[in-house]
Amino acid sequence: MKFIDEFRDPALARKLVAQIHHDAARRAASHPIRLMEFCGGHTHAISRFGLRELLTPAVELRSGPGCPVCVTAAADLDRAIALADAPGVILATFGDMVRVPGSRRQTLQAAAARGADIRIVYSPLDALDIARQQPQREVVFLGVGFETTAPGIAAALLQAETEGTPNFSVLSLHKLTPPAMRAILEAGEVALEGIIGPGHVSAVIGSAAWEFLPREYAIPCAVAGFEPLDILSAIGALVQAVVAGEPAVVNTYARGVRAEGNPVAQQLLARVFEVGPADWRGFGAIANSGLTLRESFAHRDAARLFPVEVASTPEPPGCRCGDVLRGVIAPTGCALFRRVCSPRNPIGPCMVSAEGACAAYFQYERWNVETFERSNVSTGA
Amino acid sequence: MCLAIPVQITAIDEQQMATVTLGGVERHISLIMTPEAQVGDYVLVHTGYAIAVLDPDEAQASLEAFATLAAIQEELEPCADEIY
Repeated sequence: MKFIDEFRDPALARKLVAQIHHDAARRAASHPIRLMEFCGGHTHAISRFGLRELLTPAVELRSGPGCPVCVTAAADLDRAIALADAPGVILATFGDMVRVPGSRRQTLQAAAARGADIRIVYSPLDALDIARQQPQREVVFLGVGFETTAPGIAAALLQAETEGTPNFSVLSLHKLTPPAMRAILEAGEVALEGIIGPGHVSAVIGSAAWEFLPREYAIPCAVAGFEPLDILSAIGALVQAVVAGEPAVVNTYARGVRAEGNPVAQQLLARVFEVGPADWRGFGAIANSGLTLRESFAHRDAARLFPVEVASTPEPPGCRCGDVLRGVIAPTGCALFRRVCSPRNPIGPCMVSAEGACAAYFQYERWNVETFERSNVSTGA
Repeated sequence: MCLAIPVQITAIDEQQMATVTLGGVERHISLIMTPEAQVGDYVLVHTGYAIAVLDPDEAQASLEAFATLAAIQEELEPCADEIY
């Protein structure tokens, strides 16, 4: 397929990898250059295409919080489950939300099994269609996602307003990515030398939105696409910036990302949402990191239409999803990984979502897991 | 979640809805966020909305940059071997 196949050329990929090793070797320090890929889509691609193994030992890649399903707070998921159980409600959601555990390991899937009407949709427009076809029911769209996803939900909501479909509302759990990146750097729990910027978030907010990284934290950011050559060229740019000591924002996904982003999508966000605090799994509340519906759309705000009390409950014992999401550990650093927690029996959301770091490691990185387990045996850890 | 796929637009109607083929299935996607998109253009589609028109010149420029880098790398390879 055009714009995909040519960015998977194995011969060019080998050259880029060799260049990265060559550049990294010019640095005096002996430890690997540690970068964070913010986006779960990048984590998945890095695992799937075996890039981590190719870049060892020059570069260490640490996953970040860029998996909207994973960072949805358990209490927010409990709220969605309670909503789905409300009489007359159809809860429409993207597919990867249904298996994510809330507190006490409840899921939307289990709610559906006991009779809640939960519909998996590809697009918020599909949910709007359901609302048109079933005017006697309230269709609540579970709004999960970052800046990439929220404009589409805003557009569907505005369309419902324009055409007069009254029974369509949104539970907005949307989150903004730069505040989470900032939270990780402010916390200082993990030393990072560069950031692989999320490509499709940046298609909306613009690569310029990451200028605060070099300016305030003196670390480079390379906005990247999702094919192997895209990711390797971003890593190559970051390694060069680290070695030269010249942090900057580089856009290595120029075919899809402009510096200013997508102005129409940004206007949709501003019309429908306002910025407020949000709870992130693994982080707690992060100021100015959430999108809630504006007062003028209160009649479409499921949080106001169906107020639900949920008790905050602790994470499952032993699950280190929060540490994985903050980049403090790799999935192999969790004692439950592969021993107790697997895609068939996921304890935390990072193992449920296809974009979750634990699921990506489990599915694709046997070499890494086996190396890790051997080293544990040999050190007696 | 932020997955977006390049698709080619084959038709556009008066509602700013475009016809595309997605995974072998014909679908209609909204061009509300990319009003500049034309028939024949490739767009990045995410949850039923085009979020960006792909720029073929930029794609070509990236591929050429990779090729140049690969050529330079080839010249450097003997030196790299010495370092290792």
